[in-house]
Amino acid sequence: MATKKFMYVNRKAPYGTIYAWESLEVILIGAAFEQDVALAFIDDGVYQIAKGQDTTEVGIKNFSPTYSALGDYDINKIYVEKESLEARGLTVDDLMPLKWEDEDEDWAEKDSIKVVNADEMKALLDESDVLLNF
Amino acid sequence: MKLGIQINEGPYNHEASVTALNYCKAAIEAGHEIFRVFFYHDGVNNGTRYSTPPQDDINIANSWSALAKEHNLDLVVCVAAAQRRGIVDEGEQERNGKDGNNIADGFRISGLGQLIEAGIESDRLVVFGD
Repeated sequence: MATKKFMYVNRKAPYGTIYAWESLEVILIGAAFEQDVALAFIDDGVYQIAKGQDTTEVGIKNFSPTYSALGDYDINKIYVEKESLEARGLTVDDLMPLKWEDEDEDWAEKDSIKVVNADEMKALLDESDVLLNF
Repeated sequence: MKLGIQINEGPYNHEASVTALNYCKAAIEAGHEIFRVFFYHDGVNNGTRYSTPPQDDINIANSWSALAKEHNLDLVVCVAAAQRRGIVDEGEQERNGKDGNNIADGFRISGLGQLIEAGIESDRLVVFGD
């Protein structure tokens, strides 16, 4: 089977609608297909990977711990748009520390998150073969 | 060109499904191939045969069924999304102990892998929704 560059574009807040959670379900299933996978977090989508999510009061499942498992699925290209963070008064320190282990470097732990500006994000989207937009 | 179609919104509340329907008709007319239409999120609600819109309105589920029959389209409803929203075929009815099923003609329920496969096999994956 051919290998393509899959880019999952996440643009919506984690709660309020189900897009974020069902997007994560696609990402996890898709991981089994051995494609070249990257994730983009843009606009309110940056809240999906914010630290300290607590859904107790709204009575909806808090699925945010699942993002920490992405590294185990070899998903380690997580791009966050700088402008989206800034517009919301956030920095990378407000995000969950998503990591992966590099087996080529004795399983050294590395950051999966890379903050990129809008132009860099545009280039990343441009070079992707399949855009799944949520 | 081989096209994969993803529909993320339910019928009527959102225009995505009808736009996708028109897109598919136009694409087929122009000689393109529809590899698969994948219904996700509330898009799974396009696949119920229990929809009864007023007679002067479009019946979206029936329109998909008719297009699928005419052009042998593969209409796939995501199983996980369908289970949440009560879209049931005979297999799901039996597995989950439901008292009936409501899947429309020409639709089938399957997994998210079908969406990934559509991404891999199609020249373009076109997503309809917000």
